Amino acid sequence: MADQLPEHPDFLWHNPDPKSSYDVVIVGGGGHGLATAYYLAKNHGITNIAVLERGWLAGGNMARNTTIIRSNYLWDESAAMYEHSLKLWEQLPEELEYDFLFSQRGVMNLAHTLGDVRESMRRVYANQLNGIDAEWITPDQVKELCPIINIGDDIRYPVMGATYQPRAGIAKHDHVAWAFARKCDEMGVDIIQNCEVTGFLKDGDRVVGVETSRGRINAGKVGLCGAGHSSVLAELAGFRLPIQSHPLQALVSELHEPVHPTVVMSNHVHVYVSQAHKGELVMGAGVDAYTGYGQRGAFHVIEEQMAAAVELFPIFARAHVLRTWGGIVDVTLDASPIVSKTPVDQLYVNCGWGTGGFKGTPGAGYSFAHTIATDEAHPLNEAFSLERFETGVLIDEHGAAAVAH
Amino acid sequence: MLLIECPYCGARDETEYQYGGEAHVPYPEDPSQLSDQEWAEYLFYRNNPKGLLAERWAHTAGCRRWFNVVRDTVTYEIKAVYRMGETAPQNGGAR
Repeated sequence: MADQLPEHPDFLWHNPDPKSSYDVVIVGGGGHGLATAYYLAKNHGITNIAVLERGWLAGGNMARNTTIIRSNYLWDESAAMYEHSLKLWEQLPEELEYDFLFSQRGVMNLAHTLGDVRESMRRVYANQLNGIDAEWITPDQVKELCPIINIGDDIRYPVMGATYQPRAGIAKHDHVAWAFARKCDEMGVDIIQNCEVTGFLKDGDRVVGVETSRGRINAGKVGLCGAGHSSVLAELAGFRLPIQSHPLQALVSELHEPVHPTVVMSNHVHVYVSQAHKGELVMGAGVDAYTGYGQRGAFHVIEEQMAAAVELFPIFARAHVLRTWGGIVDVTLDASPIVSKTPVDQLYVNCGWGTGGFKGTPGAGYSFAHTIATDEAHPLNEAFSLERFETGVLIDEHGAAAVAH
Repeated sequence: MLLIECPYCGARDETEYQYGGEAHVPYPEDPSQLSDQEWAEYLFYRNNPKGLLAERWAHTAGCRRWFNVVRDTVTYEIKAVYRMGETAPQNGGAR
């Protein structure tokens, strides 16, 4: 049988009306916004915080991702950020006193061409130099770890090996948000839902508050965690971001007995698959080519993804798609996030996590909270500044990050 | 799946096309005179509106020609199609 989900109480946080003023206002009540509030309270002693959410708590990309957590990124800056995040993931269930089913079942990234093999090995060596538990495994080892995968050489893109990170895995995304929300609430953070930010109040070059659908809220500092809507928020605040918002789709099958023990990602044929605790096969695709805020994408993208999945996992041919959905991902030109100060004083931005924001949730919150509290970058996010697009010191994870974006 | 009206071939499925991002971004007249900030603007900053966007598409599986589209980025509805060198209609959302 699939795992039992833990019971949780009916109410994990209060729903207060907004106060007239806060030390820090976080815009966006998804995983990143909640994690930022949590680390502001825990690490920096700032608890007079409001987290403003336009819809309902964690109803955006936090509810729509495929829950994969890993840190096997190529470049040093990304490896540091995602590995720190993974270490936080490892301690969070205890720290938040909430078992959100973080399951370190390993993630493999398949190689299907000689080019894939070379890039994968390069990434494994880079990971090992950065202290990340990456290894190269052969097709036979792939089969041993994941018996349902087809390693035959008679398919269009045969499996030529994979990189494997045993400490990687998945977590129950909704429960992660609820765990952060409950702890934030306990520490005095106001979580305010149905509260859309419609404008920013400024005194010269300094932000002093926000206009919202529930009235004016003064703020000492404001942090943006708007994900797909980051460009919209930045425009309201009077600056631009090098972000393009794209639809990104995912889907689940009906419930099945456990058949898939790990997480398999394939950059080349472009699908990633895990089996959720309840038993659904969870699969994600690539972004739709065009920009969009519609939270839905095109069916031909799903078709391509299914074709790849069935070739790799022949037994999936008998499974049914239960539900597909889309989120809006904020993609930068170098496929790396922006966790940074902005041209507006006391206004900070955390965005650009694109297709990989879930795994970065604690790391983003940890470093963004430091930046908000101290007005300076943490060593983890120093390289992820807005300035890098002017200096040219990009962190080019397109293709390097083990998955296409 | 979008149904896109190629100005040369007529309406075809989205899968016949390639997306080209925001339209009407001019190449700098004198690139060597740009500041780092202006160069970053040209290379990395594109409009990302929630609403109408003028954008380029190429009919790669058809006539292989580029053209412009005005599309609503929320409903994905295509409001206008016009050839390269033509100006966007009044509701074009172009900058």
